[in-house]
Amino acid sequence: MSRLELLTVEGLRIDGRRPNELRKITAKTSVLAQADGSAYIEQGNTKCLAAVYGPQEVRHRMQILHDRAIINVEFNVAPFSTSERKKRSKNDKRSLEIASAIKQTFEPVVQTSQFPRSQIDIYLQVLQHDGGTLQACINAATMALIDAGIPMIDYVCASTAGCIEKQPVLDLNYLEESSDSPELTVAILPRTGKVNLMSMESRLHVDMLESVAALATQGCEQIHTILDSVVRQNTQLLKDSMLQ
Amino acid sequence: MSLRAKSFIKRTKKGNVIKVIKEHYLRDDIWCSSAACEVCGHTDPILSAIPRSTQAYTTPHYLVPDTNVFMNQLVPQIDIMEHPTIKDVIVLQTVREELRHLSMPIYNRVNAIIADKNKRFYAFSNEHHREAYIERMKDESPNDRNDRVINQARISAIRVAVKWYANHLPKGKKGSSLTVVMLSDDRDNREKAKSAAIKCSSVRDYVVGLTDTPELMDMVVTAQEANEAQAKADGKVTYEEHMTQLQITNGIKNGKISQGTLTVSNHNYLEATVMANVEGKVQNVYIVGRKHMNRSIQGDIVAIEVLPKSEWKTTASVAIEEEEDEVDNKEAASQANSETMEIDDALPAMPTGKVVGIIRKKWRPYCGYIAKKSIHGSEGSAASQNVIFRAMDRRIPSIKIRTTQAHALAGQRIVVSIDSWPTNSVLPLGHFVKTLGASGDKETETEVLLLEHDVPFQEFSKRILEDLPAEGENWVVTDQHVQNERRRDFRHLNVCSIDPPGCTDIDDALHVRPLPNGNFEVGVHIADVTYFVKPGMPMDDEAASRGTTVYLVDKRIDMLPSLLGTNLCSLRSNVERLAFSCIWEMNEKAEIINVDFTKSIIKSKFSFTYEEAQNRIDDDSMQDDVTKGIRVLNGIAKQLKKKRLENGALTLASPEVRFNLENDSQDPVDVEMKELKETNALVEEFMLLANISVAEKIYSKFPDSALLRRHPTPPDSNFEELRRALSEFSIGLETSTSKALSDSLDKAVVSSDPYFNKLVRIMTTRCMLQAQYFSSGTETEQDFRHYGLACPIYTHFTSPIHVIVHRLLRACIDPELVYGQELTDKMRMKELCDNLNFRHRMAQQAARSSVELYTNLFFRNKVVEEDGHVIRILRNGFVVLVQKYGIEGVIFTSGDQVSSGHNIVYDQHSNTLTSGDAQIKIFGEVKVRIQIEGDQEGMRQKMKMSLITPHIEGFSVPALEMQSSKVIRSIEPSSEADIPAKKIKL
Repeated sequence: MSRLELLTVEGLRIDGRRPNELRKITAKTSVLAQADGSAYIEQGNTKCLAAVYGPQEVRHRMQILHDRAIINVEFNVAPFSTSERKKRSKNDKRSLEIASAIKQTFEPVVQTSQFPRSQIDIYLQVLQHDGGTLQACINAATMALIDAGIPMIDYVCASTAGCIEKQPVLDLNYLEESSDSPELTVAILPRTGKVNLMSMESRLHVDMLESVAALATQGCEQIHTILDSVVRQNTQLLKDSMLQ
Repeated sequence: MSLRAKSFIKRTKKGNVIKVIKEHYLRDDIWCSSAACEVCGHTDPILSAIPRSTQAYTTPHYLVPDTNVFMNQLVPQIDIMEHPTIKDVIVLQTVREELRHLSMPIYNRVNAIIADKNKRFYAFSNEHHREAYIERMKDESPNDRNDRVINQARISAIRVAVKWYANHLPKGKKGSSLTVVMLSDDRDNREKAKSAAIKCSSVRDYVVGLTDTPELMDMVVTAQEANEAQAKADGKVTYEEHMTQLQITNGIKNGKISQGTLTVSNHNYLEATVMANVEGKVQNVYIVGRKHMNRSIQGDIVAIEVLPKSEWKTTASVAIEEEEDEVDNKEAASQANSETMEIDDALPAMPTGKVVGIIRKKWRPYCGYIAKKSIHGSEGSAASQNVIFRAMDRRIPSIKIRTTQAHALAGQRIVVSIDSWPTNSVLPLGHFVKTLGASGDKETETEVLLLEHDVPFQEFSKRILEDLPAEGENWVVTDQHVQNERRRDFRHLNVCSIDPPGCTDIDDALHVRPLPNGNFEVGVHIADVTYFVKPGMPMDDEAASRGTTVYLVDKRIDMLPSLLGTNLCSLRSNVERLAFSCIWEMNEKAEIINVDFTKSIIKSKFSFTYEEAQNRIDDDSMQDDVTKGIRVLNGIAKQLKKKRLENGALTLASPEVRFNLENDSQDPVDVEMKELKETNALVEEFMLLANISVAEKIYSKFPDSALLRRHPTPPDSNFEELRRALSEFSIGLETSTSKALSDSLDKAVVSSDPYFNKLVRIMTTRCMLQAQYFSSGTETEQDFRHYGLACPIYTHFTSPIHVIVHRLLRACIDPELVYGQELTDKMRMKELCDNLNFRHRMAQQAARSSVELYTNLFFRNKVVEEDGHVIRILRNGFVVLVQKYGIEGVIFTSGDQVSSGHNIVYDQHSNTLTSGDAQIKIFGEVKVRIQIEGDQEGMRQKMKMSLITPHIEGFSVPALEMQSSKVIRSIEPSSEADIPAKKIKL
């Protein structure tokens, strides 16, 4: 059987998007009452839930930092998230790696020095997996942190881009991701345009890197507009309810 | 955009059942792409504003073909759509996707048409169009696409799309008169369309309306419906039904059925073998007779069932000459059957089987001619009639086609495709594709052989030619090349090239100079193609697909445009050229001290022919630097050769000849054996050395993806027959290593026959396996060996056609070079190698066929007597090789065309044919008469040999009179319009 045709003669991708289009994004905040801040994001069929607790007392005393807060990220993929049910152990190397990448992404953005000797917990749960978990998690975490009212210097918006037949494509879904095409995840601070995270686990020709990264950055900016409008809407609602 | 979710259940490779959910976006920005449309936002519309109209459909219209227009019941019918008269077609995504599942080759051809701007085929993404999209039915999955449900979904999707176009087009002012016509061979679909007021037509009906191109009519695939009607009418079944896919899969699983590729015997189209796993080991399984072959064709991947041991047959070395009339076919088949049925107790029976199903069909268009006998009716009648088509490839059965131009096609070479092979038809059914030209015409015959060997010989397209340097012929080496590319400047060196006379593509050149320390610096320079052919260029893709340059007797099919091949990448004398150089430091004993690779610029001082170079070596009065250099090279080459032979490299032989062609008509006037001079060996030796050095280098840098060449050790069983024949002369044949084989070949001498040794070498060559290109990541290191050359690693660097090797080497020596996956992906490299091997094999076969064609032309209207040797004994004949012309032919001792007035008996044990005192055995000397004989219709010229001595009563032909016993021909001045003799490639 031949390989999948990822880019058709008509210039459309497998699900009907053009190369520079994102999947449909829906975001919601304050979805959990228990947490200090929470968010739920859908990027196409990738669905992710984020919960933020803190700043609160540090659980293990030995981890205390006296000049700033520590950020603790736990990343978990639900066993029912993929079409084949698969349970991952808590110490799964892959999950730990993603968690640590997210932690490093947020450390310079969250103003941790305002909360010395405390801890901020970010719990991430992937409910459905259809490619681009890392970007969805980062976007969800940003929303949840904002919902929790934790001071940050800017949004962190993440997006992926890949390269199919020398054509840069934005926001790969699971089929595209698993078809052996390279995938680059980029997280930026939209206001300054600074890059916070850039990760790729496959080979990509150097000549292509610039255009792929540029496309991913463009994707991040689009995501920023969407997330920002959600946040503003929520704040407006909050304001309205307070004024009543 | 709006979103739909697609979800379906599928089974994974492991067997788990999972649910897959996909997103499916519907868009508003998919345009109709009609030049007449004013509503859509497209730029560069593909479909013209005023498409054609036909007699039946008088308004200008676009066509929307259904899947079955391209592929009817698994039979490709795409030829019609490829015809230049069909334009302005809308290809729906639904149709393309279905085609993709049905057949990759057809799908690729459709994509090629879409890419061709002149054809004006527009790919319309109806599945992602908000208005043309229809909700799929429940429980649908791409896996059971043959299901009726899917069929329904498909045709309704097509109808919706057509309807959308029909409503959309008149919206603009210009498009008000435009319509769309749906083409479909599915009656159900047409009826539904009619009730929905959609214009539709079957392919046949539509083509009838195209009165200006009547030949399209013949291209219509014989309608399935007609076949079914016929089947009902006569109700007879000739063949067993094929098993279903499921039955085959299960059969293979439980070991009752094996699969393999069907290889039909060259001598007998009713006998085939399949390499399959029988009783736990892989061996050849014989399939004998039409019934057992069960409608499979040469090259098909078939499922076979091995017959019970009692029905096994012995090796049937029977040659069948020519297919009889259709009526007699069955008899011939049964005859052939019964003949091979005589089971000989002496030899063990071979596993025999029958085909129960075809897993993959390898049908392709075939070249051939219409059998004259099958044409009825008077000249000039245009009535459609059934005729029998015979393919040039003898392994292909005759094909029944229906045509209106039968009389016009008689005596022509034509191309025909097979449509189907129903169980009730003895022969497969096909349709006419195109005419090539009159048979016997040299041009036509050459085209036929190129087509038959799948050699891409069309002109290079404009896109490819655009990649050539803009300066064209005036391109020169500039200072920029010296400074920017780390090229070493070798322009001052005495570089020279040695090639066959008349050679225009000079790939390689040599130089040598003494070093202060008493050693020599030897350089091999190969034209640098990589400078002109960069990865990703259309020219690169084309070159990779062509794979090799094909040398025919009278012409050459280039792999690269001739500006490169014969000019910019030809190291002509006194012209500066870019090269890739391999420089060794060697001592007097031809030991390599040091090796270095570099890009360079050279200016060849001389281009010699082999003969000129040889004369210089021999002429003591010549004492200039160049001549001295050649002598040094010659000395080193001799030592290298000696070492190589000591290591066990084989010296094999092939009966190659070359033709002297008459200047104007290019008719062959003389034949001579290819002669090898010392200088041939000189060049060859250094090329081998360069190849080995480069192979080591690229393998060290790219262990996974180096493009190498190997020559596998032939299995012992290949030598069985030769060994038996040689044992009669009490000569042993040791084949365990190439060294042992080489030694025993040297000892195989019979004092009475000077040609004997060469004959043995020729026959040994035939026992060898093919050398292959491969990617180093796909084989283990032990398998890299080149058996013939007796070296552990080898590649082809010295011919610039092997662009990849050059690129790999460049990546090795230039640390700054950026390279992409094309050099490191081992799977892609493997695909490339497979193609190279295929093209290479085809090129060799095409070259051989070309020689055969010229041999036939040479012997036309001549009768020649010549000495020859018997090289193979068959049950019903023997094969004779005539060394003077390098030709071989079968002389039949039994069969229809042989009078039965002789008493030749085949002796199984001694493998001889005897009649009284006369005996014919392998290596025996015979005298034969050679003449060209057309078959009854003169469409298939064939060389016929008949035996003169030893004299066998009732079988041998009398010798001609003395004065004419030599070649009879009008004496013409033999011209030197030689073809470039083929380079020696091992």
